[in-house]
Amino acid sequence: MYDAGKILTGLIIFLALITVPFWYNALISGQADYRPEPKLATSEKQCVAPTDYMKAAHMDFLNRWRDSVVRRGNRMFTTFTGKEIEMSLSNTCMSCHSNKTDFCDKCHTYVGVSPYCWDCHLEPQEVRNVSQ
Amino acid sequence: MSVNRREFLRLAGSAAAFGCAFNFPLRAIAGEDSLTAEAAQATGPLKAGRWAMVVDFQKCREINDCRDCIDACHAVHNVPQFDNPKDEIKWIWKEKFEGAFPDIEHRHLVHEVLEKPVLVLCNHCDNPPCVGVCPTKATWRRKDGIVMMDWHRCIGCRYCVAACPYGSRSFNWRDPRPFIKELHREFPTRSRGVVEKCTFCEERLAKGLIPACVEACKHKALYFGDLENPDSEVRRILSEKFSIRRKAGLGTNPEVYYIV
Amino acid sequence: MLERALIGDRRYWLWIILLLVLISIGFLFYLKQLAYGLGITGLSRDVTWGFYIAQFTFLVGVAASAVMVVLPYYLHNYKAFGKITILGEFLAIAAVMMCMLFIFVDMGQPMRVPNVMLYPTPHSLMFWDSIALGGYLLLNVIISRVTLNAERKAIAPPAWIKPIIILSIPWAISIHTVTAFLYSGLAARPFWLTAILAPRFLASAFASGPALLILMCFIIRKLTRFDAGQEAIGKLTQIVTYAMCINVFFILMEIFTAFYSNIPEHLEHFRYLYFGLEGKSRLVPWMWTSVLLAVLSLVILIVPKLRHTNGLLIAACLMVFGSIWIDKGLGMVVAGFVPSPIGHVTEYSPTLPELLISLGVYAIGFFLVTIFYKIALSYKEEAMA
Repeated sequence: MYDAGKILTGLIIFLALITVPFWYNALISGQADYRPEPKLATSEKQCVAPTDYMKAAHMDFLNRWRDSVVRRGNRMFTTFTGKEIEMSLSNTCMSCHSNKTDFCDKCHTYVGVSPYCWDCHLEPQEVRNVSQ
Repeated sequence: MSVNRREFLRLAGSAAAFGCAFNFPLRAIAGEDSLTAEAAQATGPLKAGRWAMVVDFQKCREINDCRDCIDACHAVHNVPQFDNPKDEIKWIWKEKFEGAFPDIEHRHLVHEVLEKPVLVLCNHCDNPPCVGVCPTKATWRRKDGIVMMDWHRCIGCRYCVAACPYGSRSFNWRDPRPFIKELHREFPTRSRGVVEKCTFCEERLAKGLIPACVEACKHKALYFGDLENPDSEVRRILSEKFSIRRKAGLGTNPEVYYIV
Repeated sequence: MLERALIGDRRYWLWIILLLVLISIGFLFYLKQLAYGLGITGLSRDVTWGFYIAQFTFLVGVAASAVMVVLPYYLHNYKAFGKITILGEFLAIAAVMMCMLFIFVDMGQPMRVPNVMLYPTPHSLMFWDSIALGGYLLLNVIISRVTLNAERKAIAPPAWIKPIIILSIPWAISIHTVTAFLYSGLAARPFWLTAILAPRFLASAFASGPALLILMCFIIRKLTRFDAGQEAIGKLTQIVTYAMCINVFFILMEIFTAFYSNIPEHLEHFRYLYFGLEGKSRLVPWMWTSVLLAVLSLVILIVPKLRHTNGLLIAACLMVFGSIWIDKGLGMVVAGFVPSPIGHVTEYSPTLPELLISLGVYAIGFFLVTIFYKIALSYKEEAMA
């Protein structure tokens, strides 16, 4: 191989950089397999849709709610358990998910996204004490 | 085979551009899923064929220094209060007669009429020029006549502000949050970079409530109702008293009427 | 091809570095604007479009003016323009890029600009403007690339480029017409609501654009061995002269209608521009300067002995460019908002951040022109040797 020294050095640096998310997070959290743990303090047992679905698709779900409420003026929604609720991020979702730092931020910070919902949709004021 | 640098860059660029462009048709094809299907509209909301408002200027001008409607609207919608007039945001306010009705005003007008400020707001025109110019449909005219705003979609180009003949629209020149005296938690604020205006309290109408300004007026100078309902208050008062509209000659067909 | 832009003398690199510095400053202030909001500019509730949109409006004209060299050469076989069509096209690309950047920096929510394409709205002129500008950029990129490539290989360009070049001619007219339609369809703004706005835009475009091209030719003659030729420059001068005469004529038409009809709604905006309104007269000295520059430039351009003197011709071109920049940029856009639809007279001045961001955008345009011209001219110089 020509310039073997330079190429191998370059490759090693590249591999180190490309795996930064893995080893950096492991260093910071002290765990090899770090997962965010959002904490929820509410009496409701179930969200408006199945938990696994919400984990994967709450962004799209909220977008559809937004279009329904804002663009079509349709505010009523039947959850998958048959309950009728008002589609509202501020008033419905945030009545249970009332602590942004303990719940929403946990995953968002982990994956490095900053959704701008809270630029407008007011974050609930109460910060309930969440049990460990 | 050997590919020279230019050909490689051309191929890579075209592939990337094609990949990006392919995103849009894919989104269009992706459909709804059953979990987000909307329920039938529940009873409770106020509905109309054509919402309209009548401002009884005769009554309103008898009361000096009254801001009940303005304060109610701005409070319930988290409208900010800026000290610098250039950043001002207002959904409803009082304007000098010559500003509200430039084509009618004259020097020898009844002194009482000339000197008193007129309550002005978005006219929710039948033929709204602001809707015509919006490039993203961030503002549109609903079937019930309300000219609505989607603050998620607005790109802040201010074309609608240029197009409005009544000066009804305000732009968020900076972050409004620090300038909201008291946050009303049931309604979102807006962020910087979007245009806002009166929406005839569509969120209150959906809950069966009349607009905040109409409710707040202690002197019953504001009427709100359905023009297509012959028994409505607005139809009644318009049939009894002489009314005018702002800049009617422009063809916008404003739906806020003034008893003068 | 691009590597040709990496070879240059000290002057060239100093110029490039200066431009990159200006671009960086502009970019930093843009970040400030993103953080604070558009309130960092001099805009207000009454004057919602200002310096950025004024530059956009003016530069669309410069972009459209490439048609003034393309049309005679490709439709009428005017051979003298053969050497400079590529310069016109490159100038058009840089101008359209600046237009798009000026629009971008003016947006309140720039990250949402793709909404214009995601939610197409045919009844909005802004939708058509973005299509027209995007299309024109694409056309000019393809045309300039293919023709320069052919020139580099010293062969004729492929036959399929000819219809695309022909398409760029009406397209150039349409970009500026659509931009004029943005303004001239608004019932709320009587100052803009005039059928002559689009013709005014085109006339001023065909005066200011070729004037800039003439200046570019003189600069290139000084810095390289490339000479556009006296015939080409002479013909461009004729075009500028006629276009400027028509432009001034159109302005006088507007002034007559406004002042003679005496309708306050129309008259007040002109009164604000040329005499001041309610004691506010910030734009008055600018407008009269524009008038003076227009008159002086026409004197030079019309009198043969004067326009054949290179020094005076350069001065005339600068004056044409400056006069139209003031009239179309500051004058036309800002005066549409003064007085406001409810009669308020609110003045506008760009702030320092606004000017520095604009300077950054201009620097990007000049940067593009520099590297494009460097590439094109290096091939032309080679061919001459």
